[in-house]
Amino acid sequence: MRVSLFITCYNDTLFPATGQAVVHLIERLGHTVEFPLEQTCCGQMHYNTGYQQEAIPLMRRFVDIFRDAEAVCIPSSSCVAMIRDHYPKMAAESSDPGLTRAVDELLPRIYELTELLVHCFGLEDVGAYFPHRVTYHASCHSQRSLHLGDLPLRLLRNVRGIDLVDLPNIDRCCGFGGTFAIKMGDISAAMLAEKMKDVENTGAEVVTAVDTSCLMHIFGGLHRARAGVRMAHIAEILAPTESDVGEGAWA
Amino acid sequence: MTIRVSEAEHAQSFQKAALPLLEDAQLRKNVRHATDVIQSKRGIVVGGTPDWQDLRTAGSAIKAHTLRYLDQYLLQFEKACTAAGGQVHWAGDADDANRIIVGLVQQYGGTEVIKIKTMTSEEIGLNEALDHAGIRAHETDLAEVIVQLGGDKSSHIVAPAVHKNRSQVRQIFRERMNLPDLGDDPEELTAAARHYLREKFLRVKVGVSGANFLVAETGSVCIVESEGNGRMCLTLPNVLISIAGIEKIIPRFEDMEVFLQLLPRSATGERMNPYNSLWTGVRNGDGPQHFHVVLLDNGRTGILADPESRQTLQCIRCGACLNTCPVYRQTGGHAYGSSYSGPIGAIVTPQLLQMRQAQSLPFASTLCGACYEVCPVKINIPEVLIHLRGRVVREQKSALDPEALAMKTAAAIFTSRTRFEAAQRLGRIAQWPMVSHGWMRNLPGLLGNWTRVRDLRELPKQTFREWWKARAKTGSMPGPSTPLRAARKLAQDVNDHA
Amino acid sequence: MPDARAAILDRIRASLSADPSAPPAPPADYAAIPRSYIRAGRLTPEARLDLFLDRLRDYDTHVVETNADSLRQTIAVILQEHNQKKVIAADSLPPELLPRDFAFIPEHAVGLDDLNACDGVVTVCAVAIAFTGSIVLTHGPGEGARRLTLVPDRHLCVVRAEQVVETVPEAFDRLLPHATHPLTFISGPSATADIEMTRIRGVHGPRFLDVVLVR
Repeated sequence: MRVSLFITCYNDTLFPATGQAVVHLIERLGHTVEFPLEQTCCGQMHYNTGYQQEAIPLMRRFVDIFRDAEAVCIPSSSCVAMIRDHYPKMAAESSDPGLTRAVDELLPRIYELTELLVHCFGLEDVGAYFPHRVTYHASCHSQRSLHLGDLPLRLLRNVRGIDLVDLPNIDRCCGFGGTFAIKMGDISAAMLAEKMKDVENTGAEVVTAVDTSCLMHIFGGLHRARAGVRMAHIAEILAPTESDVGEGAWA
Repeated sequence: MTIRVSEAEHAQSFQKAALPLLEDAQLRKNVRHATDVIQSKRGIVVGGTPDWQDLRTAGSAIKAHTLRYLDQYLLQFEKACTAAGGQVHWAGDADDANRIIVGLVQQYGGTEVIKIKTMTSEEIGLNEALDHAGIRAHETDLAEVIVQLGGDKSSHIVAPAVHKNRSQVRQIFRERMNLPDLGDDPEELTAAARHYLREKFLRVKVGVSGANFLVAETGSVCIVESEGNGRMCLTLPNVLISIAGIEKIIPRFEDMEVFLQLLPRSATGERMNPYNSLWTGVRNGDGPQHFHVVLLDNGRTGILADPESRQTLQCIRCGACLNTCPVYRQTGGHAYGSSYSGPIGAIVTPQLLQMRQAQSLPFASTLCGACYEVCPVKINIPEVLIHLRGRVVREQKSALDPEALAMKTAAAIFTSRTRFEAAQRLGRIAQWPMVSHGWMRNLPGLLGNWTRVRDLRELPKQTFREWWKARAKTGSMPGPSTPLRAARKLAQDVNDHA
Repeated sequence: MPDARAAILDRIRASLSADPSAPPAPPADYAAIPRSYIRAGRLTPEARLDLFLDRLRDYDTHVVETNADSLRQTIAVILQEHNQKKVIAADSLPPELLPRDFAFIPEHAVGLDDLNACDGVVTVCAVAIAFTGSIVLTHGPGEGARRLTLVPDRHLCVVRAEQVVETVPEAFDRLLPHATHPLTFISGPSATADIEMTRIRGVHGPRFLDVVLVR
């Protein structure tokens, strides 16, 4: 399968390792990755902060770039949620039947990374090796918009060497919320403090999620507190195999 | 028309009002405890209801239907209620409603009233209006008694005193009920309230209530409660005045079979609350012989006019969205500056006020979606919040506002690959004065709110697209050299720290 | 205020006419409401009664099972057990319910102060709901006026097996002919959880609820 990668603006700029892991993983599973360089941002930040007019050209751009893709992989549930939950309505409001049709036709080919692996590739074991104590944070969009359920956990449970520990209060928001973290900084900080406590109590070395945005927030707080917990997008756990790390780097 | 929602028009922004509450460890502990308990009870009884999603679908559809024919159903209610011996009054705004109720109490020669907890009365400031007219209002719901005697404000639409613990309640009762030896056992405190109120129930001749539901077909009113204070106020006085928002109406008697299953489970986590009362007009020889209903608009028709947020009016005031909200959990209800708090308050209050005040409230959410998931009538609160944010930005924000400028600039960057790539490069250069040992700990301007409690890793040497382009140039490398390097780096980090 | 009435109705109509999707006529739109929730119960009569008793107990109701022959005796024992002396009987209560050697006070003879000072009250109900453990009073014959089952501290309610339905919609079907009566749904004794979410039984309504199920 030819998979078009929408890496998302913040992964592109801030977390290239996430994108590299996604590419590695998909290629290692025998598929081709293409990366349209025209891509920028899905418009989520603008849309959710109230700048909905500004999000419209970004939607048009996204649809133009990916309209011919066989499958679009997005390693971020909140961007997938933006596209699935809001593009149809935005397109309808634009009174452009062509755009509405293009959105309708594109939506079934949009996959969040773990959806791609399980629903499209039919895999729950991707042959990964990650010998560390890991806890999984279920981001809000992954739970309540994409309804991923235990999809990411099923993939993680099949990783060799992993010591997966449950995160208490897994259904509770970490307090990131996009521009909420800036506009309502004190409340976001109070929510973060609760989430950090839960993460630290697991004794995990690594906290993972399907969204690096939440992780940037959680890990930013953990780093400030010198908690010694690292972050890794789920792709970075699913990408490496035993042969990759056979040279002893993981010892 | 002067629309008022408690004192929300003068309230501070959410973020400012939250500050002292975030410092109040006892309050936060009380709120966390209460919401955790209700949520877990709700989870159990909802889990034991196999047709829960079907009930939600029906409840939502009934409410949406009713709103589409609201004028017809209100007239049907008026006719049926009047035929059964009730009197229906219409109030355009808070002042209208207060004038009508004060006038009625005076007409019957009342100097005191006993009240069932009603959020609508708090919305219009009824107690203050009664007080102004020399009429004493006695709250009778235990939590409202705690709030009223403590000179406090309600912090939750179902359990207004969630922010107080037993020793705080004891202190209030000791002082205000003159019971210096009162202990702090909830049973003893409840018994004190029972004793304190019983005399009032038997004596006061005018009762004031809200309404959980108005049935258009029969002209009936329904009150859902637990303590029996509601039944006391509905049954013992000779005069009963019920105030209800116009959105409280439902079409038919049998529609109650849906809402009486949705509301108790959502509100208190009970399969059924101890008492539901339904009555129709006046019943000879049983209960009040004079019955008045005041139908209140106070901004509701404005909400009806916006098809995107009309669903706000489906609310049955169960409070489930408050209990599940991770933001409400941190501050309790007082930060919302209104009788309506939590996620539902964040959409109701600014809309009632026609988006002229309380503009910070739609932003008091991470859009986590927990509220929508529990809402018994499927109000998509996150969707309405986003819509209202759009209205605040379009109707209120000056184009010179720093946030608006930043967002417009970002939009311009994102609409062009060239500008986006240039901005990525620029960011890498511009960050250097802020970076220390690979991390940023003190960013200027709005971003300072980020680094107040969180570190931010410096922008990496290479963006993803730069890596991709470089990789394409050198030919597709079969091996995973870079991701592997990244994985090793992570392993190194972990090992270094261990 | 006739002005406010007209103004509110005008505003509603203006708001609704702004809606581009013209809705169908009310009856058709009402009929289209999806009602896939459970209407009819699925339990056997025995299981239904067992569920009813279980749910009553769960919310602190004192439950006694009996049969028609022993009903009088059962009520006499309950009243004695709880040391009930001044007990009011709802007007028009079926006479076969009441123990013969007990002097009940008739409802029509008492005032509010008597209600406040009595030990308890005996009534029947109209319908009972197994799934929620509720009894429903339509305040018809034998069920008392509303205040009768409110002010006293103890309420004894006699429920006949055939009055017990399984689901809430089934109860509403039975209540439909009484829709404009005052209706009181009672699920356990009065309660509050307003102080630290600790459930306290017995606030202003009866603190004790006895249900005698005649099966």
